[in-house]
Order: sequence, then C-alpha cells, then structure tokens
Amino acid sequence: MRYAETGFNLEVDLSRGSIERVETDPGLTELYLGGLGTNAKILWDRVPPEVEPFSPDNLLVFSSGILDGTLATGANRTIISTFSPQTLLMAFSMMGGFWAPELKFAGYDKVIVRGKSPNLVYLWINNDKVEIRDAGHLQGKGSLETAELIREELNEPKAQVLAIGLAGENRVYYASVEHGRSSASRGGIGAVMGSKGLKAIAVRGTKDLNIARPAEFFELCQEVLKYMQYRANNPIKGVPPILAGIGSPQEMAIHDEKWHTTSFSWGHARERRKDFWTSERAEEWKRTQEQSVERLISCYNCPMRCGGIVGHPELPTHRYMMKCYSKLTYVMAAMADDLEFGFKIAGLAQEYGLDGYTTPQVMAFAVELYEDGILTDQDMPGFPSGNEERFFYLLDKIVRREGIGDVLANGVYWAARQIGKGAEAYDHNTTKKHEQMVIKLGMLNPIYYLMYATGEKMSITQIEGQMPQAPLPKEYREEFVKDWIQVPKEEFKEFILKWEPRGEYAFPFWPPIDLMCELVEWQETMHYIDDCTGICAGLSSFPIKPPYHIHNLPKFISSATGMDMDEDALWEIAKRNRTLIRAINARRGLRREDEKPPEDHWKKRFPEYEAKLLDEYYKFKGWNKEGIPTKETLDKLGLDYVGEDLVRRGILADSEAAPSEQSAA
Amino acid sequence: MGEKKKKIVKQIKVDADLCNGCRACEAVCSAFHASPRYSSNNPARSRIRVHFDPLRNLYVPVYAGPYTESECMGRDKYTIDGKEYDECLFCRASCPSRDLFKEPDSGLPLKCDMCEDDPPLEEPMCVQVCLVDALTYEEREEEVEEEEEEKREDLEVGLEALINEYGLEKIMDTVARMAVSKEE
Repeated sequence: MRYAETGFNLEVDLSRGSIERVETDPGLTELYLGGLGTNAKILWDRVPPEVEPFSPDNLLVFSSGILDGTLATGANRTIISTFSPQTLLMAFSMMGGFWAPELKFAGYDKVIVRGKSPNLVYLWINNDKVEIRDAGHLQGKGSLETAELIREELNEPKAQVLAIGLAGENRVYYASVEHGRSSASRGGIGAVMGSKGLKAIAVRGTKDLNIARPAEFFELCQEVLKYMQYRANNPIKGVPPILAGIGSPQEMAIHDEKWHTTSFSWGHARERRKDFWTSERAEEWKRTQEQSVERLISCYNCPMRCGGIVGHPELPTHRYMMKCYSKLTYVMAAMADDLEFGFKIAGLAQEYGLDGYTTPQVMAFAVELYEDGILTDQDMPGFPSGNEERFFYLLDKIVRREGIGDVLANGVYWAARQIGKGAEAYDHNTTKKHEQMVIKLGMLNPIYYLMYATGEKMSITQIEGQMPQAPLPKEYREEFVKDWIQVPKEEFKEFILKWEPRGEYAFPFWPPIDLMCELVEWQETMHYIDDCTGICAGLSSFPIKPPYHIHNLPKFISSATGMDMDEDALWEIAKRNRTLIRAINARRGLRREDEKPPEDHWKKRFPEYEAKLLDEYYKFKGWNKEGIPTKETLDKLGLDYVGEDLVRRGILADSEAAPSEQSAA
Repeated sequence: MGEKKKKIVKQIKVDADLCNGCRACEAVCSAFHASPRYSSNNPARSRIRVHFDPLRNLYVPVYAGPYTESECMGRDKYTIDGKEYDECLFCRASCPSRDLFKEPDSGLPLKCDMCEDDPPLEEPMCVQVCLVDALTYEEREEEVEEEEEEKREDLEVGLEALINEYGLEKIMDTVARMAVSKEE
C-alpha cells in the first residue's frame, strides 16, 4: 500500500481524447518527493526545450503535494507546472483551496494533460470515473460562474472545480487558473490551459487516504495546531503588524494598510506616497472594508482566515472570494484612492481569470505610455480620462485581446518591444520578462539581490521568508532569538543579534558573503519543500517563526509516507529539485545575463560587488559562471542523466565547471 | 415509570457565523473513527459535514443524527436574514434521499458519537480542531424521567439498517454463507 500519496496519476491526452490511470514509481517519490519535484522530473523527461508553451506537446501538470489531504494543517496546495508563454521558462504556480485534497480522495496524485482539444472541453473526475465533456456552453463564462454551472449540471454540489475565464481562453500571457478563493496566477498557466481547449477540471473523491504511522503523525499535527495558537497570542515584536503573525498577510481582517500603501510604489511601480495614510483615509477604508467583506474564510483544513467573501452588487455573481493582496494591487497601480474600486475591479479580473499582480502593472504601464504620447488615441480610441475608468477600459481590451489589448495581453516585456517608439525604456520592473513586486528602496539589500536575481519562481514572496526584513530594534533581539526554533543553524541567530541599520554591521557589505548565501538558500529551500508537501507557505516558508520548519517537516513526511527521512535527506531532495529546475531552465536558455533584479529596485547599486555576490552564490550552489549546474553537482545529486543531456547539447562542457564556448557565444 | 435520574447531556454549540469553511472538523472526524485510529482520513466518512456555498455566504456545519428509513414527503425552504436555506441543509438524518452520513463504500449509516473514548476526551475532536470557535462544547446535567434505553453498538445500528433493506432472513443467510466460506 502507498501512504500519504495515492500512487496513481491520470494521463489525459486531449488530442486523442484518451484517459489513462497510471501507477507511479515509488522510487521517484524517494528522489523528488512529490508536487513540484515530481512535476519537474516529468517536464524534464517529456518536454524537450524546443517545445513552445502553446504547443500541444507542452504538458500541463496539476499536482497535489505529498501531504495534501492528510490531517497536516494547511496541506492543501495544488501545484501546477508547465512552460510559461511569458517567460518561456518553467512556470511556477501554486494555489490553496480544496482542489488537490479532493483529487487525492478521488485516488490520484496528479493530472497530466497533453495535446489539444479541437473544441472547448472540461474534465470530470468522479473517483474511478473520468470523462472529457463538452464545454461549448461555458465559452466566455467567468471562472466562478463556470464552477457554478458545472456543479449544477453534474448535480454534484461537492465537486471542486478549477477553471479559466475569458483571459485564459484568449491566451492572455498572465491568465490565471481560478478556484474559488484561490488561484494559480503566475506565469500564464491559464493561457496554456486555454491553448489546450481545457476550460475546467471538476473533481469529486470519496476514498481514504492512508497514513503509515498514524499515532506519531497525529501527535505532530496536534503540536502544529498548538503552536499556531501560541503564535496567534504571541506576535513578533519589532516588525510591522503585517509581518508579526502567521498565515498569508491578513488583508481581509486587517484594516490598517499604512505599511503597504506608504512603503510600496503606486502607479507603474513609480511613486511612493508616504503621506497617503491619513486618519480620514483610515476611517473611510475601514468602512468600505467592513461593508464589503462578509465573512473570513479558509482553505482546506486550516484555521487561518486569509480569504474573504466580498459582496459587490455590480458583479455578475454578486459575491466573490478575495485573496490577500489583490485588494491593493489595482488601487495602487491605478492611483485610485478608493478601496471600493479595488474590491470591484479585483472581482471582475478574477472572473476573467487574471493575475492580480501582473495585470495592474501592465495597465499602469499602458497609462504611462499614453500620458507620455507613446500610445495615442489612435491606439486607444475613446480612452477615458479618469484613473478608475481607464483601468476598466484596459481590462476589457486585454481579456478580449481587442486593439491595443492584444499587445498588452503579452505583459510589459513583450508589449514594450511590440509597441517600440521608446516603450522599452518603460519596462523597468521586470526580471526574466516577468513583472516584479512594486517596491523601490534605497540601499542595496544583498540577500534580496540574490533572491531576485536567481529566483526562478518569479515572485519574491515565493522565495523569501522566515527572516525579519530589516534589523530588529535592539531591545527585541535577545527575545527574538531565544525561541527561534525554526533556524537550521545557530549562526543565523548571531546575525540577527548583530545586524544594524547602519555602521559596521549593516548592508550591503556585511554579513560575509558565505553567510548571505546560506541565508538565501535557507529561505528558498523551505519554499521548495512546501511545494513538494503541499503545505501552505503561509504556515511554513513565508512568515517569521512558522509552525512548520526544517526540524519537524522530515518527521511529518516520514510518519505520513513511511519513508526514512531526516533533515539532511529532506534538504538533499529540495536541493535536487531546485537544481533540476535550474537545469530545465538552463536547457531553455536561461543564463547569467537574465539574472537581474529591476534596475531601479534600489537607488544605491554596486555593480562590481553584485557581480561578486552572484559569482560566490553560483559557486556555493555548485553552478558555473553562467549559473548552470556543473556536471559534478548534477552527478552528486543523482541527476547524471541531466548532466549528460546538457553536455550533449553543448550547454555544459564535458568534465569541467566552465561553460563550453558554444553556450557562452 | 422509571425513577428520576441525572444524566449528562453533551452538547456541541454551532455558531455558523464563525464558520470559515475549512472542514478541519470533517477531516479529523474521519481520522478519529478510522481503524486503527488516525490511520486514514476521508471527509466523505465524516459524521460532521460543513455545507458551504460561498457565493451565497451559506455556512452550516451539521452532525450526523439517526438513520431514517424513508425520506420526508415534501421539502421546505427557510429564509433567514434574507438568505434561502433548503431544509435538508439542517437535517441530521442519514436518509435515502441523499448520500450524506453514509459510508461511501458500504452505504452504512454514520452517526456522531461525540468521540466516545476510554479514557474520555475532554472535547470531541471536531471541537478541538475548530480554532475559529464555530464549534464549542458544553456538558450540562439534566434530570430524566425514564430508564435510559440501552446504548446500542455501531454494529447493531448498521446491521439493523441492512436488515431493513434486505430482510432478516437474507442477512442471516449471507452471514452464514460467508462464515462457511471463511472456514474453507
């Protein structure tokens, strides 16, 4: 018997209309664990680098994590992997909710979709019965509306549905996959789903999920719940309130938006409004939020209430479920001061199935080009004058790919190059062709420099975590490190105790680079582990002092699956997965020159020092000067087949660390 | 008439306004009742179910009550605070009209037993994992008139359901046949 995982995947070929139930190799679980890890292995093996994202040969993998559906609190993430039309690299997107646990109760760990359906279809998985059904009547329907209609026609109110909206159907490069209160938004996986003619996947499962060592596993689950209660009553002192607790930032519960509205940039990631948060505004925003948010809601098996049911009479469904930060992204990008606008446009955009981070930035970029005369009334006939109206106008054009919307639907990087006339210079906030966090700071933060530069997950929130983002006030440091049980190394505590805003122990030239490398690796590794287990980053890799950490996660995995697992073994798996993903992207052309945080992210930059940071980090990771894992590194991780392929393609030179002449050219 | 007796009434209070729809109660219920304990989980086997419909903001956690042989003759709808609820949403019965509160494989009825255990739990498991306090637990003493009906085992409740469906004779024949084939 397989424990924690079901041991079966569904293979769906939409070109041929075939469905197979395939038993998986337990040996792969031991090497790559599950979720993102086994997704990456499948993508490496089965999608050669020349395959275009919208090709029928691209795969779209919907995966559960290995702990999803178990009693482990917050293990509910769906990990969707494919190749991104926007970055042309492997797309990372995960979402919470209820879908992946339901898939496991239906008896599957993953749904692997290939091919392309001639007409729009949806997939209905009901335990052992799986069918491809016509979705012609769902064409153009919103994501929530689609889920409702499918549940009705199947007469299965308990079916869990993920769906794309109009944006995915029209292959907007930043289209999301939506699932009620959650969405997998980054990298345009909704567009890949649309390119396959797949509108939705509905799933219902009523089977058991087995645990290898139940008593031990249950005890661990209880400890996590207890620690969550402890953390609820013991916020971290000396950090902004939004970072003091656990879970996703509690945007639906918290009214005080001083930190976000005054620290993050408005418009097209340009302007900080340090005096925005006045007491009148605080009052008004509080009122709007209280009128709009009807209930705080959660994902499967998690008490954190990171989502909210938002009522809005003008939306087609009258209500929708909002995730944390989309409350502010549209408001700030549009320079609209009204929170009510945010609730409305985020609801509309979610029905269309769009990424709540990238979409507002693309629209703000268009507004900027219009104001500077690069886009004109010819490009945008009838473009309104009000900030809010402009955003509704652009939203409509983008999801329909109408007029200028057809260009903007490709994201800032591609749109800037298609528009030309100097628009390229306005592409100031992307890395690897992907829109980044709208934050502009003063002094270079070397740790964040490395995370932005080398992260393949594109979203900094999926790379960072666990650490205070600035030096703690002196009076809180001792107390902070006293019960910092989550750290893998005692040296990290020393760092927190010494770290100062300025002087000898301040960024950018302190701490020593080797410690920086370790801090970066720790933060990123914890995310890579979560993406295998399916545990929400909000309880694990993202917040400071989370309930899950490197010391208890191996025990969770071991007692649930029955596999031997300790900290070193888990670290090694995460390293293997991280290295494999780097190799997948290197094979698709990712090189050192792509590893650049937005140029204006910090005012004070140090090009030579930054180059040294990158050199040292690559070395630390066992990558060569181009950021490609060396043959030796790959061999050590049991990825010999990857090294051989990279050598065969001339991406790695045989038996040496340096890249070959060909790849450097 | 029996003597007056003191009886502890166990009560789970449900505050539907606080329910966040996470279904931790369903997950832990099914795991607690698995054998061996916590060896598997499956919300479809849970003795508590959360009906939730976010687009109407309806959240109703309901416990499995007694098995019933036949469904109601009609269905009523309630409007509370402007929201329409199907009466079945509140109903605790394991009933032929729906698959709720039945074992998904055998169809045997499920019933909440307040997580009776030896030694007794402080609170039923669903209450313990409900950190948002939609479910809270109370015990109170009540005086009751008649002798308590002897508590029946789960097995007996299940068998009775089978007997109602197939007839006593058929069940006995089947058990006898199975017993013989096991011996062989």
